[in-house]
Amino acid sequence: MTLPSPLLSAFRQALSEAWAGGAGVLLPFGFFAGTAVLVPFTMGSDPDLLAKIGPGVLWLALALASLVTLERVFQADLQDGALDLWVQEDGSISQIAAVKTLAHWLISGLPLVLLTPLLGMMLQVPATQTVPAMVAYALGGLTFFLWGGVAAALSASVARGGLLIALIALPFYLPTVIFGTLALDEGLGGTSILFLAASTLFALGVAPAAMGAALRLAAD
Amino acid sequence: MSDPALIEGRGLGAVRGERVLFQDVSLAVQGGDGMVLRGANGSGKTTLLRQLAGLSEPQAGTVQRTTNHHWIGHSNGLKPHETPRSHLANWARVWGSEIEVEDVLLQMQMHRPADVPCRLISAGQKRRTGLGRLLLVPRDIWLLDEPFNALDADGQALLAGMIATHRAGGGAVIAALHGTAPIEVSDEVVL
Repeated sequence: MTLPSPLLSAFRQALSEAWAGGAGVLLPFGFFAGTAVLVPFTMGSDPDLLAKIGPGVLWLALALASLVTLERVFQADLQDGALDLWVQEDGSISQIAAVKTLAHWLISGLPLVLLTPLLGMMLQVPATQTVPAMVAYALGGLTFFLWGGVAAALSASVARGGLLIALIALPFYLPTVIFGTLALDEGLGGTSILFLAASTLFALGVAPAAMGAALRLAAD
Repeated sequence: MSDPALIEGRGLGAVRGERVLFQDVSLAVQGGDGMVLRGANGSGKTTLLRQLAGLSEPQAGTVQRTTNHHWIGHSNGLKPHETPRSHLANWARVWGSEIEVEDVLLQMQMHRPADVPCRLISAGQKRRTGLGRLLLVPRDIWLLDEPFNALDADGQALLAGMIATHRAGGGAVIAALHGTAPIEVSDEVVL
């Protein structure tokens, strides 16, 4: 199966755009790593305490790190006129928005997941939890980016909309954070990972339509 | 009025805040027409053009287009990291165009800065790159918002030539302009 060419082109353009962000690409990475590294220093190095709070700290850091790059995803398109061109592609703005969000997740979100085993070690997350944790963080991170994308689309026309993005997106993060944390306790055999996956699927289904509608409004 | 209009607006109106920007504007263009929208700054030329393009929902009236259109807005739609070549190649892919991007670059006289990132090229060169999209796929309607802005005398002559060729081939142009138009005007709407 090949993607229709507008989607493929939008994906390539978004990939190179995300990559061309310069140091901005590393911002979530640094934010995520920085938070996780600081926690043992602020909380003390008691292994039991760290093991207890470690997975939660990583969820928190992942949720906040996902917000820091999203501001520019659609705002730049609105400012440079590219949004006008994409909106006029027959009825596919929702899919294009989804594809752009996925591209940003690949560049800024997926590396965070690959970093979690290392940070997990520092936070005394048991080695047996490494794989379930990575699955959970990958699903959760994607969900964060999708809801964050909706917030970014809604606030595309607001200058310095970062705070607004956080306010809109954070409530949508709650189910993911709750099921994600439970999933780490239960492992891959439990039901919570299924609920987490369901929250990701729900976001995949709903967020593109919401982004499309928001971007149409932003272009109007 | 034998041919059906390529694009037709009936009773269009727009409101900004509590002020009526324009109302009851009706227009229609056929193949070969070159319509110019005129009006002072802030009179709603861009708004009317965006309504015709389907970018803005008209607050009154309806727009009917029988065919696809090209849009050239105030902003050229270029990304700072894109080069003129990659920009045109990208949209050629989106629109399934078979045309050689190199030919378009040559025609727009953009072959020399073709590989310079758009954040480094001049306003006129950006505009030429954006206008190059018009040549990627043939579309009957061109909607142009102040297309001559930022262009030097050469560039203006180039665009005027492109518009003349397009109209000779049965296409139609609606352009928002101020100042004298270097194109032959078949119809004028004053806001």
